[in-house]
Amino acid sequence: METKTLFDKIWDSHVVKSIEGGPDVIYIDQHYIHEVTSPQAFNGLIQRGIPVFRPEKTLATADHNTPTLNQDKPIREELSRNQVEKLAENCKKYGIEYFGLNHGKNGIVHVIGPELGYTRPGMTIVCGDSHTSTHGAFGTIAFGIGTSEVEMVLATQCILQPKPKKMRITINGKLHKGVTSKDVIMHVISQVSTGGATGYFVEYTGQVIKSLSMEGRMTICNMSIEMGARGGLIAPDETTYKYLEGLPSIPDSFDWTSLLLKWKEMNSDQGAEFDRDLEFKGDNIKPMITFGTNPGMGMAIDDSIPTTDDVSSEVSASFLKSLDYMGFVPGMKLLGHPVDYVFLGSCTNGRIEDFRSFAQLVKGRKKASNITALIVPGSKAVERQVIDEGLDKILRKAGFELRQPGCSSCLAMNEDKIPAGKYAVSTSNRNFEGRQGPGSRTLLASPLTAAAAAITGRISDPREFID
Amino acid sequence: MAKEKFNILESACVPLPLENVDTDQIIPARFLSATTREGFGGNLFRDWRYDKSGNKNMEFVLNDNKYSGKILVAGKNFGSGSSREHAVWAIYDYGFRAVVSSFFADIFKNNALNNGLLPVVVPEKFLQNLLSLIKRKPDSLVSIDLEKQSLTVIASGESVIFEINPYKKECMLKGLDDIDYLLSIKDLVTSFENKKKRENEN
Repeated sequence: METKTLFDKIWDSHVVKSIEGGPDVIYIDQHYIHEVTSPQAFNGLIQRGIPVFRPEKTLATADHNTPTLNQDKPIREELSRNQVEKLAENCKKYGIEYFGLNHGKNGIVHVIGPELGYTRPGMTIVCGDSHTSTHGAFGTIAFGIGTSEVEMVLATQCILQPKPKKMRITINGKLHKGVTSKDVIMHVISQVSTGGATGYFVEYTGQVIKSLSMEGRMTICNMSIEMGARGGLIAPDETTYKYLEGLPSIPDSFDWTSLLLKWKEMNSDQGAEFDRDLEFKGDNIKPMITFGTNPGMGMAIDDSIPTTDDVSSEVSASFLKSLDYMGFVPGMKLLGHPVDYVFLGSCTNGRIEDFRSFAQLVKGRKKASNITALIVPGSKAVERQVIDEGLDKILRKAGFELRQPGCSSCLAMNEDKIPAGKYAVSTSNRNFEGRQGPGSRTLLASPLTAAAAAITGRISDPREFID
Repeated sequence: MAKEKFNILESACVPLPLENVDTDQIIPARFLSATTREGFGGNLFRDWRYDKSGNKNMEFVLNDNKYSGKILVAGKNFGSGSSREHAVWAIYDYGFRAVVSSFFADIFKNNALNNGLLPVVVPEKFLQNLLSLIKRKPDSLVSIDLEKQSLTVIASGESVIFEINPYKKECMLKGLDDIDYLLSIKDLVTSFENKKKRENEN
């Protein structure tokens, strides 16, 4: 019998047509859009004089350029305001569901899709945003697309894609205290490199992955793109079903018995072949931090930055340019290095579990005086839960103020910018030059490591602060 | 809608020997607030091209008069990171029609092909030789022939064959667009939907 990977099963059941010598025409079950990468796609429809083909299969939110303070007031920055207004206008015109600012369901697209139950096992999902890979945590094929492709989906509910190669990443063993899903994926990326999984779609499996909550799994899949992979997925299991069953927005009309039967078949067959197979040991993973200007440049927090002897001569120029930008030198240790900003949030670490983890560490302690903190929930729902669980009080007592939801300082399209030359320990996903503001210096880390930096004012090992 | 056709491109090159050039460098996020596709070229590589006060950084290749042309030659893993198609619009708007590298990030490559910007993948060694040639002789001409899938250094005649998906090649040669194609098979899409619906009812 032919064996198939989970990826093959989902992909093959969504092929509308295979073009000989070309890509497949893939049907998209769920399309997410936001204000930044959609306006030109809608313009394209207007120029062609065509409607949105299946408006009920697209969901819109405003998240990328929105402010995280005073959301009840008009957006101050004119171009951003215009972009958000354009999205609202386009959604109204074409009958697309839209959760704008101040709507109770607003938030970062990759936070709200799963928490509102739009993302479900076996689906194909796209969005004009590379972190669409997040939704793979539910056993979906989910990946980021460009604006021309957004237009294709709006016009025909399909896109043209060559089938990627398949990679399996197995993480067995168990995680030590103070090591989170963020550290796991940062460890993997540091080994695979920033472009090492390009051309592949990853399936994550193993004891460590299976032990993670849905939030933790989303953090893993979210960063698949940071090693170049098209996306990453995890086979659904009890954790997935329980998460979905508990969602308030799942319609009562859902036939759970037949859905569960279907979802339980969503696994890679025994013996299914992968083009590449990698294995990591959870026990070997420590809290991670990046030292350079791409997510592959990461190390264990108590490690030293590699020396030029450790890197090949071809990459040496890029390596040194990167360290120079960061104000670091080869061989340097980062523990104890002063920090200026801490950012908790983003589609990588803006969920309730991340807030619990940050609050757990800062509870009963005080924010260091040299730290400016940006504490940004991923959605209105996360914001409400933070308040319901009393985490906002713990945070406030420790000197942290909760802001309103959005992508915020992850890409700094709004006012939440890190100033030039300043160091930010950030729970986001990219440490590219200028990513958090022109000249900003980003150190990617977990919410626990961010919390440790926030109370000490320095790069610190979170394991020293938890029992 | 029809795009500019790509046949043979003969031009000098602009070298960018850095690796892992991400789309945040190509076009920083703060310039993504426009609602049209035009005018991004002015902010291409903004933070490398200009200093904090907005003065030109004369050491950056785009500000170096020695270099010009419609071909950008860049280090490995070009276009990684964000899916922003604005990166391709910026490169195209600036005047480039092809980018040569030993490796492209997936989404960037798709975006380029969808906008008439040809991504040309060459072996790493060829790339390094080409980069040092451009540095030594900035006016060196390179010819890219899409039909033959070849890139040739005109002075030396040195040539490599590059890969491109046959469907995408056809689209680039004829200036065709994926959306036109998808619209032409919409009946197939509807029957696919109906088939799925029946499966779910059973």
